Amino acid sequence: MNLTFSHLIALLPLMLVCVTVVIVMLTVAWRRSHFVSATLTVIGLNAALASLILVGQVAPIQVTPLVMIDHYSILYMAMILIAALACSTLAYAYLETLPDQRDEFYMLLGCSVAGGLLLVSSQHLTSLFIGLELMSLPLYGMAAYAFKERLSLEAGIKYMVLSAMASAFLLFGMALLYAESGTLSFTGLGASLANDALHSNWVVAGVGLMVVGLGFKVSVAPFHLWTPDVYEGAPAPVSAFLATVSKIAVFAVLMRLFSLAPATGDGWLHTVIALMALLSMVVGNLLALMQKNLKRIIGYSSIAHLGYLLTALVASDGLALEAAAIYLATYVATTLGAFGVITLVSSPYKGSDAGLLYHYRGLFWRRPYLTAVLTVMMLSLAGIPMTAGFIGKFYIFTVGVESELWWLVGGVVLGSALGLYYYLRVMVTLYLKSADEPERDAPNDWAQQVGGLMVLLLAALVFLIGVYPQPLIDLVQMAGIQMPT
Amino acid sequence: MILLWLILIPFIGGLLCWQTERFGIKPPRVIALVTMLLELAIAIGLWWHGDYGLADTIGDTPNWVLEYQLPWIERFGISFHLGLDGLSLIMILLTGFLGVLAVTCSWAEIDRRVGFFHLNLLWIIGAVVGIFLAIDLFLFFFFWEMMLVPMYFLIALWGHSGSKGNSRVGAAMKFFIYTQASGLLMLVAILGLVFAHFLQAGVFTFDYSVLRTTTLSEPVAMLLMLGFFIAFAVKLPVVPLHGWLPDAHAQAPTAGSVDLAGILLKTAAYGMLRFMMPMFPEAAMQFAPVAMALGLIGIFYGAVMAFSQTDVKRLIACSSISHMGFVLIGIFSNTLISLQGVVALMVAHAFSSAGLFIVSGQLYERLGTRDMREMGGLFGKVGALPGFAMVFVMASLGMPGTANFIGEFLILFGAFEVVPWVVVVASIGLVLAAVYSLILMQRIYFGPAKIDRAYSGLDTREFLMLLTLFVLTIALGFFPQLVLDVSEHAMTEVVTWVSAATNSSTL
Repeated sequence: MNLTFSHLIALLPLMLVCVTVVIVMLTVAWRRSHFVSATLTVIGLNAALASLILVGQVAPIQVTPLVMIDHYSILYMAMILIAALACSTLAYAYLETLPDQRDEFYMLLGCSVAGGLLLVSSQHLTSLFIGLELMSLPLYGMAAYAFKERLSLEAGIKYMVLSAMASAFLLFGMALLYAESGTLSFTGLGASLANDALHSNWVVAGVGLMVVGLGFKVSVAPFHLWTPDVYEGAPAPVSAFLATVSKIAVFAVLMRLFSLAPATGDGWLHTVIALMALLSMVVGNLLALMQKNLKRIIGYSSIAHLGYLLTALVASDGLALEAAAIYLATYVATTLGAFGVITLVSSPYKGSDAGLLYHYRGLFWRRPYLTAVLTVMMLSLAGIPMTAGFIGKFYIFTVGVESELWWLVGGVVLGSALGLYYYLRVMVTLYLKSADEPERDAPNDWAQQVGGLMVLLLAALVFLIGVYPQPLIDLVQMAGIQMPT
Repeated sequence: MILLWLILIPFIGGLLCWQTERFGIKPPRVIALVTMLLELAIAIGLWWHGDYGLADTIGDTPNWVLEYQLPWIERFGISFHLGLDGLSLIMILLTGFLGVLAVTCSWAEIDRRVGFFHLNLLWIIGAVVGIFLAIDLFLFFFFWEMMLVPMYFLIALWGHSGSKGNSRVGAAMKFFIYTQASGLLMLVAILGLVFAHFLQAGVFTFDYSVLRTTTLSEPVAMLLMLGFFIAFAVKLPVVPLHGWLPDAHAQAPTAGSVDLAGILLKTAAYGMLRFMMPMFPEAAMQFAPVAMALGLIGIFYGAVMAFSQTDVKRLIACSSISHMGFVLIGIFSNTLISLQGVVALMVAHAFSSAGLFIVSGQLYERLGTRDMREMGGLFGKVGALPGFAMVFVMASLGMPGTANFIGEFLILFGAFEVVPWVVVVASIGLVLAAVYSLILMQRIYFGPAKIDRAYSGLDTREFLMLLTLFVLTIALGFFPQLVLDVSEHAMTEVVTWVSAATNSSTL
């Protein structure tokens, strides 16, 4: 296969991000400056984002059998890049006073984003694995970036050990599938699996192992144990990155895998995923009820939200693709906003993050606008109208009703009711009178900093999507999955 | 366009209140009052100029006096569709009026975070007006959920700290979770209806008039109807689902209780009249015996519970459960007279319960307690307050000459031809109402005096509020046609549609 100019254009975002990483590395070798590294990274990510317009002209296009750049991947690339931009602006405020080298963070972030970009456009198990590892490996370093804090180091190591384990499961599963079907491309697998004669125990084992591996990466129950610990321990901007970029990328490739290689046969895989979804909704929400740490609460709630999202995966027809994209977009905006506020309150770096709910007691009377942002985010996570979360939840209900997945719909209702309890608890804490001077507080000029602006922008976005979602829906509807040629 | 403004005005006013808090305590109050007066004035203007009389023909679509439509989410055929008919007009008049009362009655009670308080108060009003105007099911649900958040804040932040483990945050949380969870069931039912229509017609729509005529198979209709019924039953409340109400009322500030009893409970009855009955007439009629049984249980349970309360506000809250039992029976008997009675009783109950809550709020401001065991013999010691209390208690027990009598009488009268035995049993409930109402009077104002000192009488603001409520209660007791004329057409439509559907299915 010849690489033509349009193939190069299609790969432009990926290349731009990689080039950014290299440039940052060279600059650091020449002279260290936190400001320069951060600026270069932001410029690079923005350039990649802008290049998506060019990519849109040549899409859909297949670049080698591994990668398919279609509108579906462009949509998710855009989401990843925007989330990464938000994370790097948040990280800038946070890292400013970190008593250590700060520039390497941006290289790790760039590498991870490159992995995510590859992941959302992969249509082959090879590129899936490369993308997944490229995305995960830098994350170990990022989670442990404030490694003088015990919790951060613990988070990094915990994530590394468990993630490596999951990768091993994934690889073994792929190997078994390859042994049975002789191909690694999604469509090839689909065609081979559709032939029932080939449904041997090896295929079942292979698919099962892959479910374990991918289930770990998106942190659905019962593979969720790492989530709250890592979310709590990692620096807040990293938790934001983990909760958004890595979730978007893995879920996007999962959706593609599912639509190109649908699980046929007696549908046991659907049952398994449906059970995992139900379990995630219940477990995530139940465990979040009694938490005292906001970061852990968001960690557990992310498990529940992934459970809701799996409903779309189980349905995997009709509105499912659209619903998944909308839900991810709304969830990502919301989570970024929530972690953004946590970051701002914990910035600049002063030891472990301000995660405890008690740090936020009476925040409203000191920082009304910041509190308004966090309130909007909590309401959005709870799925209350006038916020983006409601539109996401509406889509999930719509898909559930459309595909008549009554158990899952019931699960979402139950989960939402449970979830309200802790979202409201967080919310009311913000408005209660605080007894004494706060230990941690956002800097007085938080709203003038890039991180602050980003958070305000996200709040506006969450509100706008909640009130007028049509533009987002239009955007998402253009993003269909292209069959490989 | 005027309908859009009805919704926007409270929202804008609320934001203004929040922002003007920095200029002191007064501006937010004044702005809130002006906003609500404006809202009320628009509603009265609509009433004055509109023609809500009985039209000659009953069509398939409701006869909207005013309509407003904006495309919103085209993907699902959702539009920002508002419509006004007699029923919604009455509800909006009520909302505007109680909004004014809520602002005035918290004038002295709320003295911290005044701006934010009024933001929440006005947003509740805005969302409730939205509920009464929305005729797109998505929009209806949107407002239905939206009113919860400000109400939650109102109870959680400005509520009275409770006694014996009843914290105001707990009460607020209970209120929120009950309503939200049941609301999601309604959302599922709405989506079920939309997809049923989609399968037949191939287009997504959430429009009331279009969805109303969707033909549904019997079990599907029953399930969807139950989805709506449960959501409304929680809000009304119907007895097994009433757990949030006494706590929320007891813990809420006076303005919150006035809103809660006066208009939030009415959204449920409105929802039943506007959506549940017309959209699932056959299923609703099949379900009627169960609903009426629940209504009867509510009447007695509420009355007995009210009798055993020691907290004034809890007593009034429990009496609301009892009154709403009548409303439920009236709705499900589906005769024109009983439905008109429901409308009258809703209005009357809003006045009398608002009056009682305001009186107990004013008692609390003077005595610092809501516990009836610590009161007694207050007659003559708190100015004109006991006199007003007497009027509202009499109204609440359904004394002829008050609006409540008209409502209860019409409901029982209208239901008699359909379900005579239910009416006979329900009438006994009226006796119980007299018992708990008189106990309320006796314990607080008569009997041996527990406290031997005089309190300040009513000031002009307090006096005017109670006087207005008093006049309205009596006026509607003597001239109920003021309300009934406005709602007649809307109610006739409901009755016609329901009986048309049930007749055609039995033939």
